[in-house]
Amino acid sequence: MMNFPILTSLILLPTIGALFLFFTSDKAGNNLTIKYVALFTSIVNFLISIYLWISFDQSTSSFQFIEDRIWIKGFINYKVGVDGISILFIILTTFITPLCIISVNNSVKNRLRDFLIAILIMESFMIGVFCALDLVVFYLFFEAGLIPMFLIIGIWGGTRRVYSAFKFFLYTLLGSVLMLVAIISIYWISGTTDVIQLYEIGIDVKYQNLLWLAFFSSFAVKTPMWPVHTWLPDAHVEAPTAGSVLLAAILLKMAGYGFIRFSLGLFPVASEIFTPLIYVLSVIAIIFTSLIALMQEDMKKLIAYSSVAHMGFVTLGIFTLQQQGIEGSIVQMISHGLVSAALFLTVGVVYDRMHSRLISTYGGLVSVIPKYSILFMIFALASLGLPGTSGFIGEFLILMGAFKDNFLVAVIASLGVILGAAYMLWLYKRVVFGKLINEDLKKILDLNRSEFFILSCLAVPILFFGFYPDPLIKTIEVSVTDLINMNKINLVSK
Amino acid sequence: MGNLNLILPEIFISLSIMFLLIFGVFKKDCSKLIFNLSLFILLIATIITFNETFSISRITMFNESVIIDYMSSFMKIITLIGGFLVLIISTSYLKTFKLLNIEYPILILSSILGMMIMISSNDLIVFYMGLELQSLGLYVLATYNRDQLKSSEAGLKYFVLSALSSGLLLYGCSLIYGFSGSTNFNVIANQLNSNEYALTFGIVFILVGLAFKISAVPFHMWAPDVYEGSPTTVTLFFTMVPKIAALTVFIRFLYVPFLNLLDQWQMIIIFLSIASMLFGAIAAIGQTNLKRLIAYSSIGHIGYTLAGLATASNEGIQSSIIYISIYIVMNLALFSCLLMLRRKDQYFEDIDDLSGLSRNHPLLSLCLLVILFSLAGIPPLAGFFAKFYIFKSVLEQSMFFLAIVGLLSTVVAAFYYLRIIKIIYFDKEKEKYDNDHSLSLKLSLTVSTILILLYFIFPSQLIEVVSRISII
Repeated sequence: MMNFPILTSLILLPTIGALFLFFTSDKAGNNLTIKYVALFTSIVNFLISIYLWISFDQSTSSFQFIEDRIWIKGFINYKVGVDGISILFIILTTFITPLCIISVNNSVKNRLRDFLIAILIMESFMIGVFCALDLVVFYLFFEAGLIPMFLIIGIWGGTRRVYSAFKFFLYTLLGSVLMLVAIISIYWISGTTDVIQLYEIGIDVKYQNLLWLAFFSSFAVKTPMWPVHTWLPDAHVEAPTAGSVLLAAILLKMAGYGFIRFSLGLFPVASEIFTPLIYVLSVIAIIFTSLIALMQEDMKKLIAYSSVAHMGFVTLGIFTLQQQGIEGSIVQMISHGLVSAALFLTVGVVYDRMHSRLISTYGGLVSVIPKYSILFMIFALASLGLPGTSGFIGEFLILMGAFKDNFLVAVIASLGVILGAAYMLWLYKRVVFGKLINEDLKKILDLNRSEFFILSCLAVPILFFGFYPDPLIKTIEVSVTDLINMNKINLVSK
Repeated sequence: MGNLNLILPEIFISLSIMFLLIFGVFKKDCSKLIFNLSLFILLIATIITFNETFSISRITMFNESVIIDYMSSFMKIITLIGGFLVLIISTSYLKTFKLLNIEYPILILSSILGMMIMISSNDLIVFYMGLELQSLGLYVLATYNRDQLKSSEAGLKYFVLSALSSGLLLYGCSLIYGFSGSTNFNVIANQLNSNEYALTFGIVFILVGLAFKISAVPFHMWAPDVYEGSPTTVTLFFTMVPKIAALTVFIRFLYVPFLNLLDQWQMIIIFLSIASMLFGAIAAIGQTNLKRLIAYSSIGHIGYTLAGLATASNEGIQSSIIYISIYIVMNLALFSCLLMLRRKDQYFEDIDDLSGLSRNHPLLSLCLLVILFSLAGIPPLAGFFAKFYIFKSVLEQSMFFLAIVGLLSTVVAAFYYLRIIKIIYFDKEKEKYDNDHSLSLKLSLTVSTILILLYFIFPSQLIEVVSRISII
C-alpha cells in the first residue's frame, strides 16, 4: 500500500469525476444524478484524505507520501508530498467541497452540470496547491485555480458579476506573475525548484529580499492583505454561495499556506527583515477592515471584510516566528475556513428565501426560524472568537505569539478582537433579534434537511476543536517546531 | 555540389507547381482535384524532408549558399504541416465565396516554396530570392477575394509596404556586402568585426526589413488592415506560416553573420520585443473585429518570440522556436473556431457575434475557452509553457527588465482575452450558427484543442526535438 500514489489520486479523482460529468447530458431531469455523481466523487476524496490523515506519521517533520516523477526532463520534477501543515489544508478542502456540492440546491438555477464540473476541477487544483513540493508545480496549480473561479463568479454570479470576475482574475494574475519571475530566478540561482532541496541548500542571502517581495506580491493579493484586499468583497458579494464558500474557506488559505511554506521556509533572512512590514499591514487590516465591516449593510460584504480582518491575524501570527504564533495561524486558518464557509452558507439560506442580502431586510428571525438562529449564533460567536469555539484557539495562540514578539502590535491587534465582536454581534442582533417588521419574513421557512445537515457538519468541528484542539495541534506541532528551528539556524549562520 | 537529395523537397514542390499550372490550364473544372493534389504534394514534401534531412546536423551546399541543419529541417516541416493544415480547413470557406480556383493552392505552394528557400538560405541573395518568392504569393493571396473592396485594399497595402521594406532590406544587404565583400553569411561573420557606423546602418536596415515581415512594433502597421481585409483562410495562412520562415531568417541573421556585433543589435531586439508585447496587449483592448484582434494579439506574441531571440543564447533560440510552434497550434485552433461562425453562407467575424455562444454551442465555446486561456498564458495550458520557456531563457541571462515587462504585458493581454470569454459565457445569446461543418475543420479544432489542453502531461517531447537545434 505504501507505493500507491495516494496524493496524485487525491488530485486526480475530482477531475475524473468532472470528466465523467462532462459526458453526461445536462437536461434538467438529469440534475439529481449529476449532483449525486459529483457528491460521490468528492465524498470518496474526503474519505481518502481521512485515510491519509490516519496513516500520517505525526512524530516526524519530514515530508510523507512523497511522489517524485520526471516531468520536464532535467528541469522540473512532478513532486508532491505532505507534512503536518499541508495535510490539514487538504482535509479542509476535501471536507468543504462536498458541503458546497450539497448546498447548490437552490442557488444555481441553470447549467448545474457545468457548475459542478467547475467546482470539482477547482478542488483538484486546490489540493494540488497544498501538496506541491516543487515551485513550478505549485505555481501551476496556484494559477490554474483562477480559471474555474473566474467562470464560477462570472457565469453564476449576481448583477455585477462581470466586474467582480475581472477584478478577481486580473488582481491575482498581476500578483502572481512576479512570483513566476521569482521562481524562475530561484531556478537559476540555486539550480533547482524542488522545495525539499531548497530547504537544505538555502537561497543566497543577497537575492532573498527581492525574491521575498515577489512572492509577497502574489500572496498578499491572494490573502488578501490591506491595501490589495478590494477584490475580495466584490468577488464574495457577486459569487454564488458555493463559490463564496470555496473562495473564503480554501482559496484564501493558499496564500497563508504559501507564506508559511515558501516565504518563511525559503527566505528566512528576508522574512526577518520584512516582519515590520507584515506587522503594519496586518494591524491595519485587522483594525481598518473591522471598522469597515461595522458599516456594511450587505451581509456578504460584512463577512468578506471580516475575512480580511481574520486573515490579518493569520499573517500576523505567521511572522511572529513563535511556535504559538504559527500554530495559531494554522488553527485560525482552518477555523476560519469552517466558520466563514458556514457564515456564507447561512447568508445563502436566507438569501435563497428572500433574495436580499441587505441587513435591513431582516430582523426578528429568531421567532420564525429558531433552528437557523441557533446555528447562526454558533457561527457568529465562533467568528468573534468566543472561548469554546475553534476561533478562540486560533486568535488566542496568535496573540500569545505576538505578545512574545512585539508588545505594541499585540495590544493593537487585541483591539481587533473587540471590534470583531462588535460587528459580528451587531450583525446578529440586527438580523436575528429585534422586532419582526418585514411582513414577508413571517412566511419564511426554517432550515430544510440538507441545509441543516450542512450547517451541523460545520458546527460540529467548530465546537469540537474549540474544546479539544489537540488533534490539530498534534498534527502540526512537529512540522512547525522544525520550521522555526530551521529558520533560526539559517538566521544564525548568515 | 553536394547531394541533391537534400533539396529534394524544394525541387519536388517547384516541379509540382509547374505541373499543376499546366494541368490546370488544360483540364477544365479541376480545382477540386488540384486542391487535393496540392495537399498530397505537401504531405509528400513533408515526408521527404523528414526522411532526407532530419538527421543531418549541418551541411552546406552550392558554394555554401544553402544550409541544411536541424533548425532548417524542423522549421521546414512545421511550414509544410502548417500549409497543409491551412489548405485542408479552408475548402468550405472558399466554396462559400466561390474562390475555390486552381490558383489558390498553387499560390500557397509557391509561397511555401519561397519560405523553404528562405529557411535554408545561407547567403544574402538566396535569402532575398526566397523572400520575394513568398511575398509574391502572399500579395496575390491577400487580394484573393477581389470582388471585395477590403480584400483589394489589403493586398495593395501589403504590396506597397512590403515593397518598401524589401527596399530597406536590400539597402542594408548592399551595405553589408560593401563592408564584407561577400554575400555569404559565414564569410560575412568572419569579416564583420569593426564597429563602423555605416555597418550599424546596414544591420539596422536589415532588421527593419525583417521586423516588417514578422510585424513587430513599430513596423506592424500593415498587419491589422491586411489581416482584416484578407479572406479568413488567407489570414490564417498569414498568421501561421510566413512567421515561421521569417523567424528562422531572423535567427540566422542574428546568430550567424551578426553574432560578433551582438552589442549593436541586442538593444534593438529588446526594444522591438518590449514594444511589440506592450503595444499588442494595449491596442487589442479596443478592437471589435476578431481578425483585427488576432492581428494585435499576434503582434504581442511575436514580441515574446523576439524576447527569446534577444537573449543571445541557444536556450533563447530554442524557447522562441517552441513558442512559435505552440503559437501555431493555438492559432490554428482559434481560426478553426472562427471558420465555424457561419450562418446561411455568411461568416461572422465581430467579437459581438460570439455573444452568448456557450448556450447554443457549448462544445465550441469550451474549445474557445481553452484556446483563449492558453493564448493568455494561464497554466496548465500549452500557452503558459510557451511563455514559461521564454522567460526561463530570458532570466537565465539576468534580463529582469525584459522579463518583468513581458509578464506584466501578459496581464494586460489577459484582459482582452477575458473580454472575449466574458462575451461568450456571460452575455446574452444570439441566433444559432450552422452546425454542418466539414470533417477536416472539426478534426483540426478537436486535435489542436486537445493538444493545447493536454500539453502539460508530456511537455518533454517538444523540448527534446527542439533542443537539438543549436546555432551558436
